[in-house]
Amino acid sequence: MTGFLSLLRRLEGPQTVGRGRGFWGLFAVVLAVALAYPLFSDGYTVGNTVYFFVWVFIALSLCVIWGYGGSLSFGQTAFFGIAGYGYGVLTLNFGSAYGFTLVALVLAVGIAALFAVLLGYFMFFGRIAGVFLGIVTLAVTLMLERFMAQTAGPEWHIGSARLNGFNGMSAMPPLTIPWPGESIVLFADVGLYYFVLGLLVFVYLALRILMNSSFGNVIVAIRENPERAEMLGYDIRKYQLITFVIGAALAGVSGVLYTAWGQYITPSSMGMTAAALPLIWVAVGGRSDLTSTVVGTLVVLAAFQALTIYGSQYALVFMGVLLVLTVLIAPNGLVLGFMNWLGRLAARFTQRAG
Amino acid sequence: MSLLELRELNKHFGGLHVTNAVNLTLEPGEIHCLIGPNGAGKSTLFRLILGEHHPGSGEILFAGENITALKSFARIHRGLSVKFQVPGVFKGLSVRQNLEIALQSRHRGAELESEIDRLLTFLGLESEQKQTAGNLSHGQKQWLEIGMAISLKPRLLLLDEPTAGMSPEETHMTGEMVQRLNADGMTVLAIEHDMAFVRQVAQRVTVLHLGQVFAQGSIQEIVADERVAAIYLGQAHA
Repeated sequence: MTGFLSLLRRLEGPQTVGRGRGFWGLFAVVLAVALAYPLFSDGYTVGNTVYFFVWVFIALSLCVIWGYGGSLSFGQTAFFGIAGYGYGVLTLNFGSAYGFTLVALVLAVGIAALFAVLLGYFMFFGRIAGVFLGIVTLAVTLMLERFMAQTAGPEWHIGSARLNGFNGMSAMPPLTIPWPGESIVLFADVGLYYFVLGLLVFVYLALRILMNSSFGNVIVAIRENPERAEMLGYDIRKYQLITFVIGAALAGVSGVLYTAWGQYITPSSMGMTAAALPLIWVAVGGRSDLTSTVVGTLVVLAAFQALTIYGSQYALVFMGVLLVLTVLIAPNGLVLGFMNWLGRLAARFTQRAG
Repeated sequence: MSLLELRELNKHFGGLHVTNAVNLTLEPGEIHCLIGPNGAGKSTLFRLILGEHHPGSGEILFAGENITALKSFARIHRGLSVKFQVPGVFKGLSVRQNLEIALQSRHRGAELESEIDRLLTFLGLESEQKQTAGNLSHGQKQWLEIGMAISLKPRLLLLDEPTAGMSPEETHMTGEMVQRLNADGMTVLAIEHDMAFVRQVAQRVTVLHLGQVFAQGSIQEIVADERVAAIYLGQAHA
């Protein structure tokens, strides 16, 4: 019990913005609105909202690795793709009965994490850092994209699942929860919405606890000064590897949810554009804070979709402009900058009131 | 048994011999100062002791154990600790968090908090604890890093220019700090240019010149040594 309470205390700390009644009150209101929202909307719009939520996990993965850990990974989409394809191959072979889709979710994320252990081991124990880490991870994701793009022939299959080259894999079953009587199939509307929302809240809170723990302390210490961190007795390679694997698993969650949402995944999900977009969401929001990342990602995604109506090329150009503006105006992120400003305002207000 | 023993330590970068067959022995409980002109190989010697560089040949023994092949973090676990020449604090984090990161592997919960408070008082940084470490004055950063280094309760503390950029008063306070630590049983090896500091604390002095041990003895002996004065004036190899 005391262990649980001390975990809850870690929900707040120096590594996360937002504390006290004001923040958690607002959190409760936002959560209540999110829970009630499907009641006031139609299935299609709700399904579209799930699509936004799906991407938040890969954004959080970058927030953890880059924002907190200080290692810029350009290749989170590699883990997204591996998990997405993994889910496809598993469910196309074994179907969705007996809750297997949920097992496939865990297995697919596990495969992505395992791949990250392998890649991360060579990078961190080989002391690859800084811009080189970005180059290696980008190369990996582009290589995977190229590889999957040439698997069009019938000889490319795993069991009964055809890889289908550039056209991608499709018709995998959506996530299905076994239920006495009739299984609950989570199509891309209200059912999936609540599932993903629940997962998102869980992951967000769990990451807050992790980042405010002693593990999180070491992670930011490595970002600030790796030499000093090592000279305090921390094996920084191990910490970097664990962070990288956690991030890969989160990107994998995005991949599986995306695949289950649209029952569809293609190699371009690991391509250059796909790899660059999460960087922009996270940079614009505020990479060194979980809340800023979530808010920033949702806002930028919504704006992106609104713009796409007028032409997807312009939307991409706009994303580029947004990134440049962020770097120039608020290098730590627009949302984070705004929240810090709010915090200062509140502090001044309470000071005056006191 | 000596605490640290360097045996015939060689390190060269290309054709440049940065340390050349260095032999050095530290006895437990002493304050030993390492002096020498720029480029004498002092900081490189520290990096060899810490495992950031690996020697071309030679051995490093710590408390009788050969640690030549150990990784840096493992050497820290054996009881080594360091304050770098350029203050190596976590600039973006608060002073308190800096110390928490240093202390958290030995203490937990309320005990951790009281240890941090105790260390803040020792360093005279109580009023700065919420300050971002990057905003501290140069001297305060030095103290904060010394605080992080000693929080590991090391058997041997390495200090690379602990008083660089400090006023004479601050230098003297740092000297007293080092003496207090030494009185508690900590062995100290310090690289220092400030002779006032060396006079204040050193029990033994080693002069390094062109990667070799040039002279060794008490501060009085070193000051009286004309050859030492000569290398500082650049006449030794003329």
